[in-house]
Amino acid sequence: MNFLKAQFLGYHRPDGQVGVRNYLGVLSTVTCANQAAEEIAGHVKGTAVFTHQQGCGLLQEDLELTQRTLINLGRNPNLGAVLVVSLGCEGVNAEKIVEGIAASGKPVELVRIQRDGGYFAAVNEGGLKAQKLASEISSHVRKESSIKNLRIGVKCGASDPTSGLASNPAVGKALDQLIAAGGSAVFGETTELIGAEHLVAGRCENKGLSDKLLGMVKRLEARVIQHGSDMRGGNPSAGNIAAGLTTIEEKSLGAIVKSGTAQIHGVFDYGECPPNEGGIYFIDSPGREPELLAGLGAAGCQIILFSTGIGAPQGFPFIPVIKVSGNRNTVKTLVDFIDLDVSQVLLKGESLESAGSRVLEYSLKTADGHTTKAETIGYNGSTAIFQRGPIV
Amino acid sequence: MDFSTGQCILLHDKDNTLTALLSLAAGKEIELKTAQGIEKLSLRDEIPYAHKFARRDIEAGEDIVKYGEVIGFATSFIPAGAHVHVHNVKGKRA
Repeated sequence: MNFLKAQFLGYHRPDGQVGVRNYLGVLSTVTCANQAAEEIAGHVKGTAVFTHQQGCGLLQEDLELTQRTLINLGRNPNLGAVLVVSLGCEGVNAEKIVEGIAASGKPVELVRIQRDGGYFAAVNEGGLKAQKLASEISSHVRKESSIKNLRIGVKCGASDPTSGLASNPAVGKALDQLIAAGGSAVFGETTELIGAEHLVAGRCENKGLSDKLLGMVKRLEARVIQHGSDMRGGNPSAGNIAAGLTTIEEKSLGAIVKSGTAQIHGVFDYGECPPNEGGIYFIDSPGREPELLAGLGAAGCQIILFSTGIGAPQGFPFIPVIKVSGNRNTVKTLVDFIDLDVSQVLLKGESLESAGSRVLEYSLKTADGHTTKAETIGYNGSTAIFQRGPIV
Repeated sequence: MDFSTGQCILLHDKDNTLTALLSLAAGKEIELKTAQGIEKLSLRDEIPYAHKFARRDIEAGEDIVKYGEVIGFATSFIPAGAHVHVHNVKGKRA
């Protein structure tokens, strides 16, 4: 289907981005501030809290990674305003995080537990600030926006053979249709590239980008080898072969196909946010769900498409995560997790092109405000930020 | 165009492989509607669920294509309708 004239109703932000939700983000800068952040958010309606286990006791590279991830999460257009909750002595710089988010033009406030006089004082101070911000953004209204302002992230998990045959290719078709209409998309999961990285590198717009992407795969493999493991050998496994997967290229492609076929317009590090241009972007990230979802959020995605075979539950505090499955049994049994059924591809001869259009239509409806299953039940509490080095 | 018959799926029009959506018996006649018209072939082997078979004759050394991408090469001649797997395909990577 052609989505060139498609629109969605969103919240237009001062920096030109358009949110599909309108939360006050309560972001903890460090593990030690998590509980205060949760407490403050618990008292104020319209908040979305983001906690994690990083922010201190990390190598410099990882402190920088935490800091840029928090800044870019704060800048995500699904947040109308942000309250940053800091301890005070952590490794990341809370003032820099506030400045980075405020540069987007949205209101940002800071609470510091050590400065404000402890837990109760911080909860009091933070609660009042949060109430003021939440009240301020509550008058924002949805207005029409071109599909060009929509950025969708993709992830697959709890996969089975239906993932590689129906849900991943259908999600890939949806991204191709989104990009053809001028929108943008982000995928990650560097681990999934191993074995087919030459094919993904071949999709990059220029050699500089291919080299950067191949360098990310090499860096990941070197880290794995350093720990005495090997991700390439032994793949496909005996179980994979019994399930019909013949080569490592085929196994990796079954996951990569969810990124569609568009040329890769940019390759970015974890926590970075690609520019506001159309096209598909790659971010260097692990495959594990909480870290990847936060990486996609930092990359500016307003919506995440999550393809699953046997069924994965997780959402994200301020981003709708749409669960797409091609496994009819999963769709029927995990009714409280699965949003969209694409099993018709396997059972009724529906074309992938048509299933892809349904996925993109559902994404636009979700952008307009229709809630996902994970949003309605609030199954979104397991959040994390990636780290590369040891905890020190 | 891609097309699924409920029995098997063509994931990309460049593919020379089809993937079974059910366990299919040897001798079964497969009819596939594609953008180019109707293709017919009969299965030479039993094809288990989610396994691949050849859409047309594939010469030894020729690329094996699924998802429109090269997933390996044929180590021997693979006639249309035959099981495509580790016994007649090798990956091009390690």
